[in-house]
Amino acid sequence: MAPDFLKFLRGSLKAGAAPASGRAPIRSQRSSSGLKEFSKHIGPEEPRVILDLGPTSPTNLMRLTGMGHKVYNEDLLTASTDPRYLVKREDGKVDLSPQDFFAESLVFDEASLDAVLAWDLPDYLPEALVKPMVDRLHRALRPGGVLLGFFHTREAGSEAPYHRYHITGAETLDVQVVEKFKLARVFNNRHIENLFHDFKSVKFFLARDHFREVLVVR
Amino acid sequence: MWKSTPDTKPTTTPNNTQSLPTPARPSLEPVRSKEFQNEMAHIGKSVIIRGELSGSEDLYLDGEVEGNISLLEHNLIVGPNGRVRANIIAKDVVVHGKVDGNIQGHDRVELKKSAVLSGDISTQRIVIEDGAFFKGAIDIRKESGKSDSKKEMAAAASAGTGYSSSSASGGGVSAQRSLVDAKFEPKI
Repeated sequence: MAPDFLKFLRGSLKAGAAPASGRAPIRSQRSSSGLKEFSKHIGPEEPRVILDLGPTSPTNLMRLTGMGHKVYNEDLLTASTDPRYLVKREDGKVDLSPQDFFAESLVFDEASLDAVLAWDLPDYLPEALVKPMVDRLHRALRPGGVLLGFFHTREAGSEAPYHRYHITGAETLDVQVVEKFKLARVFNNRHIENLFHDFKSVKFFLARDHFREVLVVR
Repeated sequence: MWKSTPDTKPTTTPNNTQSLPTPARPSLEPVRSKEFQNEMAHIGKSVIIRGELSGSEDLYLDGEVEGNISLLEHNLIVGPNGRVRANIIAKDVVVHGKVDGNIQGHDRVELKKSAVLSGDISTQRIVIEDGAFFKGAIDIRKESGKSDSKKEMAAAASAGTGYSSSSASGGGVSAQRSLVDAKFEPKI
């Protein structure tokens, strides 16, 4: 890992714990219908393999492993800022290389995952990575496996902050603002359906706080 | 290079009670950290080791290691300057620094807030501080008979596999590194 990236990483994590402004980290409780549905799928009945794509959350890791599940964690958004994945094009422009990125990210065997927590990652991830990421998750999820995603609505505004989500109950989340990343796009419902076109079903849960929660079944 | 940490004298006793015999009472410090303070080998931050690192005492590692670390029934602390590209097998593993490789902690694995781990964790108990970066899988093993665990660890250690990072079923990204005899390369 490049030293610059490590510096960035530590910086971003510090930002997550305490914003640069010196203010206390902004955290709030939120109830989530999508998580409730997701929890039903993973249940405690039998051990599952779950992938968390958000920033490392001790709360999530402890909770899910405490339920007997095997948990993978890949903070794709932070990883996407690693300068190792930047390549210089013929026209001199520096661009993120999805090939290089996915050579080291989301490397899972086919149908090896039971569930994925994607949170609001698709709204912040660089454009070039979004579709390949979904394709890889489609391949890695077993049939019947579920993915939970959160998508901002237009009303959220372009300054909508990135969040860390900590699972505190079967349908409750502790939401922590991370000021490091900017919203890259807003999907409408049609875009979301197209994004998960290859999946079996896409179920929307409307929330009052400018979010659409989406439970996708492979 | 290698050195045992000097015996530390208790410093927490207030001066006015230092000479008085004090009744035995439970320590406020976690038992684990007290254990770690005893006879612990120390690898300083200027030390680079390539190859297999094994031992039968607790180890504080603040340097760089590439290869394998096998302490079986003993504890490992990767210090804040520690840079490890190796699979780790130990009883308790505490990470403050950076580890690229899988960690098999017989009893417990702890990631401190400054830890950066890319690799899988297999252990019975895990502690992760907020701020730690982790990329990989966590597999919590149920407590089993001690002899079984010892056998497992011995088998894993004798297998002598090099550093590898596995994917969901172990068939993904895998980097095997050839092992050479342990070589100490102090940085100049």
